[in-house]
Amino acid sequence: MGSYVPNTPSERKSMLNALGLESYAELYADVPASVLLNRPLNLEPGKSELEVRREMRKIADKNRVFTDILRGAGAYDHYIPAVAKSIPQKEEFLTAYTPYQAEMSQGVLQSIFEYQTMICELTGMAVSNASVYDGASAAAEALAMCRDRKRTVSLISEGVNPDVLAVVKSYCFASNHDLRIIPLKDGKTDLDALKELLSDDVSGVFVQQPNFYGIFEDCEAVSALVHERGAMFVMGCNPIALAIIKTPAECGADIATGEGQPLGLPLAYGGPYLGFMAATAKHMRKLPGRIVGQTVDRDGNTAYVLTLQAREQHIRREKASSNICSNQALCALTAAVYMSAMGERGIRDAAMQSMAKAHYLQERLCSIDGVELKYQAPFFHEFLLKMPRAGEILAELEKAGILGGLPVDDGVLWCVTEKVSRETLDRVEAICREVLA
Amino acid sequence: MKLIFENSIEGRGCELLPACDVPAVELPIELRRAVKPKLPQLSEIDITRHYTALSKRAHGVNCGFYPLGSCTMKYNPRIDEEIAALEGFTNIHPLAPAHTVAGCEEVLTRCGEALAEITGMDAMSLQPAAGAHGEFTGLLLIKSYHHSRGDKKRTKIIVPDSAHGTNPASAAMCGFTTVSIPSASDGCVDLNALQAALDDEVAGLMLTNPNTVGLFDKQILKITELVHEAGGLVYYDGANLNAIMGVVRPGDMGFDVVHLNLHKTFATPHGGGGPGSGPVGCKSFLAPFLPASSIKTGKDALQVRSFYGNFLVIVKALTYIMTLGAEGVREAAQNAVLNANYLMKQLEGSFEPAFDNICMHEFVLCLERFKHDTGVSALDVAKAMIDEGIHPPTMYFPLIVHEALMLEPTETESKSTLDDAALVLKRLYQRAFDEPESMHSAPHKAPISRPDEVLAARQPVLRYEFSHE
Repeated sequence: MGSYVPNTPSERKSMLNALGLESYAELYADVPASVLLNRPLNLEPGKSELEVRREMRKIADKNRVFTDILRGAGAYDHYIPAVAKSIPQKEEFLTAYTPYQAEMSQGVLQSIFEYQTMICELTGMAVSNASVYDGASAAAEALAMCRDRKRTVSLISEGVNPDVLAVVKSYCFASNHDLRIIPLKDGKTDLDALKELLSDDVSGVFVQQPNFYGIFEDCEAVSALVHERGAMFVMGCNPIALAIIKTPAECGADIATGEGQPLGLPLAYGGPYLGFMAATAKHMRKLPGRIVGQTVDRDGNTAYVLTLQAREQHIRREKASSNICSNQALCALTAAVYMSAMGERGIRDAAMQSMAKAHYLQERLCSIDGVELKYQAPFFHEFLLKMPRAGEILAELEKAGILGGLPVDDGVLWCVTEKVSRETLDRVEAICREVLA
Repeated sequence: MKLIFENSIEGRGCELLPACDVPAVELPIELRRAVKPKLPQLSEIDITRHYTALSKRAHGVNCGFYPLGSCTMKYNPRIDEEIAALEGFTNIHPLAPAHTVAGCEEVLTRCGEALAEITGMDAMSLQPAAGAHGEFTGLLLIKSYHHSRGDKKRTKIIVPDSAHGTNPASAAMCGFTTVSIPSASDGCVDLNALQAALDDEVAGLMLTNPNTVGLFDKQILKITELVHEAGGLVYYDGANLNAIMGVVRPGDMGFDVVHLNLHKTFATPHGGGGPGSGPVGCKSFLAPFLPASSIKTGKDALQVRSFYGNFLVIVKALTYIMTLGAEGVREAAQNAVLNANYLMKQLEGSFEPAFDNICMHEFVLCLERFKHDTGVSALDVAKAMIDEGIHPPTMYFPLIVHEALMLEPTETESKSTLDDAALVLKRLYQRAFDEPESMHSAPHKAPISRPDEVLAARQPVLRYEFSHE
């Protein structure tokens, strides 16, 4: 049996004796006898570290690790620099709690302050929080920030990631708020429909850039329409695309959110990831979650602390802006290391290469008879193709160690990142041609 | 210490990507950003040294004693990290075809089953990303259940005044009104107050047992029975499960819904504030409302985050449970309780416990009289502990104890560590009488002295400003 209890049996006995006790059972004297578990838990016996390693390895080996991944839809296979893996493994970061004790946590606090600054730079917004659970919960929290007594309805584009939509729905069901969906027209948010839906009780509007189909939305136009009617605009963004595309600030967004996973976090079957949230200065005190601020200590030295805590659950209880108390600190640290290692040039390069390679693959595949782009609109690194015999094609790709696009609606949603070589893309074309020949 | 931006040198960087091997594509001009983001320009050695310097200004449980009450800062085993870094787990796309992810599904199934057995629940969802997120999810189950029976008038959630702040905040997020009930003098639920609060508008009660003062509420069966009689459900906040694993189960005490904190009870690292994982378990009648935590079966299932949860955290928790096994899980709980009682006993003659009982995995000291006698506050003592290399306990919580310090040593601390910590605390106790001034100005050896939190909140500086360069 494995155990992390360091005390020997004789130490444990002497400790019990120091309490005037003979057995562990006496420690649980307050537990009514009728509810005490009178049997061992139905779990396997404990194992040595070597046995555990063997068994977990066997489980991991039951998964198929693909050499190349051409699937995105909310989780993106970008290159992760080695430092972005090693630095977050430092035990001072890894095994620390939330930095409540600032004097003992300057390292964690400063790393979050730096992360906040980088998110502000990437989005162009004035303030960022220390991160939330993921992109979907960030979207839900952002829409909650928009509401007040008079304005209670939220609008969301049909073009957002389906998981984002599902999570926003749950949060709206929870807080008893109306959520209405803005339909798409030719793969983009329908601005005429948005106009119609923008009533006086609409508080916030969420649009994703680029959207689920990889297509660039006209966020400036959305922003203008939304603000005309006195509502707030929440722009969900892909952080890699932000290196090149118009920022939420430039588009006039009040709040920017997004899934931070592309910033150095592995696919990891869906998590842990991080949601980033940034806002204009005006909405600073409505942001949920942890925020780190700079101040001075008693001797006048620069210091970092968790701040604006009057928003938070441990002070405000039921009046808090959210119940969130953790952030995804280690993921935020990873993202900060990623952004430092890649730098502006590196992320821009990753964005430009992803976009170029996605367009290359799209053109190659569309040169095959019967394959066509579903929506004719500028796209980033994802695109939806109508293609016959998609199931067979994906199965053949799988045999070649390639995870192909995701079957979506009546098409296949492809994603290409900088990690995939031209050689692989040519192979994908060849396999598709063979199946469709 | 300099910010990473202040180390940046124009033109420096890391060479990480090869040249693009396909024709470039231009982004339409109207879509381009006007201003480049100012990210640091650094070589790899600059980055490594910067973060190493930061790490020296941080403190984790693997660095030293961390008796932070209610947070269960137990040792985070290295094998768990090694397993979670296997490519067979890290490199799996969440939307890969089902037949290629059998291993991931096995992790989720096995971890879910083990947690259900430990809590006495019938079904588990591993989707929630943290404890508070689990509370939100669990309360949504309660809401969905009442709605499914057409009972929409149940809009109140009862929360004892000793509860964690997340409880009322979660209830509010779920559209419930919080009814706070006072605790009895022993810190447990006041049955009369509970009874008075129960009516047909009550959706449920949220409770921690052992409670936030570290005591097991003996009347638990009566409590759950009363709530059920009134048509409400009972929610178990799993923050304190570490005291009772393998000894007694929430499901057997009458709880209908539980949330757990894998980052507390199941030894996954806190990461400086996350990622955690907050699985939710329930009795079978609530299972239809539970979020999916594996390959999606239907679109109607409740969803609280993308995909299936913080998967790698779940891998670590399963590795931990597999290591401990049935006996080890129970041994962990028993020794957590033993260590807490032992440390409390060693403090006799110095700081006074708020409740003079056998405690569970944690205990609360009440420094009210001590402060009256010395002028030294719980905060001062906490800050003085920093100079001794011990992370301070939870301060000023629960709210029902004045000048509270809450200590939770966990089972992974040795007798020698506890003996040393007791000596430190006794020394600080004496120092407060001899030289109180030195306590007011503590810490003296940390990277900073006490920060000005009022200034931070009044004049928020939340990012580095480049403009002054």
